[in-house]
Amino acid sequence: MKTHLTRRYIFSASHRLHSEEMPPDENRATYGKCNNPHGHGHNYALEVTVSGPVEPSTGMVCNLVDLDGFVRREIIEKFDLQNLNVLPEFARSVPTTENLCAVIYDIVQRGFRHAHLDKVRLEETMMNSFEYAGDSELLR
Amino acid sequence: MMVYLTRKAEFSASHSYHNPEFTPEENRRIFGMCNNPNGHGHNYTLEVTVKGEVDPRSGFVVDLKQLKDIMHREVLDAMDHRFLNKEVPEFFSQIPTTENLAIVIWQRLAPKLKAAQLHRVRVYETPDLFADFYGEA
Repeated sequence: MKTHLTRRYIFSASHRLHSEEMPPDENRATYGKCNNPHGHGHNYALEVTVSGPVEPSTGMVCNLVDLDGFVRREIIEKFDLQNLNVLPEFARSVPTTENLCAVIYDIVQRGFRHAHLDKVRLEETMMNSFEYAGDSELLR
Repeated sequence: MMVYLTRKAEFSASHSYHNPEFTPEENRRIFGMCNNPNGHGHNYTLEVTVKGEVDPRSGFVVDLKQLKDIMHREVLDAMDHRFLNKEVPEFFSQIPTTENLAIVIWQRLAPKLKAAQLHRVRVYETPDLFADFYGEA
């Protein structure tokens, strides 16, 4: 029976929202405080949802040790306590939480082999969050 | 007009992960610390989401009192302050993982709900781990 498993992780990073394609006044108008040249930081909360049949011998969709290990190696070690703007993933895009959510989805989608990735949900603060499920519909 | 309604409940229970068909070494490798035979416990949070049309006379999707009573009778009375492996019959033969808890709770609730249709059972084992079951095959 298909079950969906969600695991939550915390990491902290800084960013500056600034587009090279906009003049300074448009950057300020679009991004407001987030355009501050020195950047600012967030404690991000990441939720990764995977799904699949429950394996009868283990009772699991996938072993959490595998999921935790993958996310630690490929996501947390890459982004935690970093400035997102200087990372290669954001060489050509603005490190908004929308874009970060999609980058993380792509990393898990390409690399994690133990279960199907449903979606990635990212909280930038307690007050806002973003969800990305690739081309699939989000389950409600 | 279809509306989704979610009711929460909390229960505390202990469990241990062990498959008698695995060798002791396999049990330790696959289940790690959860294989401790004396068990360990969690404060579980259960979220039950039902969906249905809003009754024009009452304005309800479901009578919350009835939903609460069903959740208490079928889930909390059976699982709160219990050792799941030893006291909940479904877990005599299945591993009481969060995934299986979500499925078992769905199977207990679905036949008892009359007016509203069960949409999702979500079980939080800890604030950073939860399983969702939507009744999918």
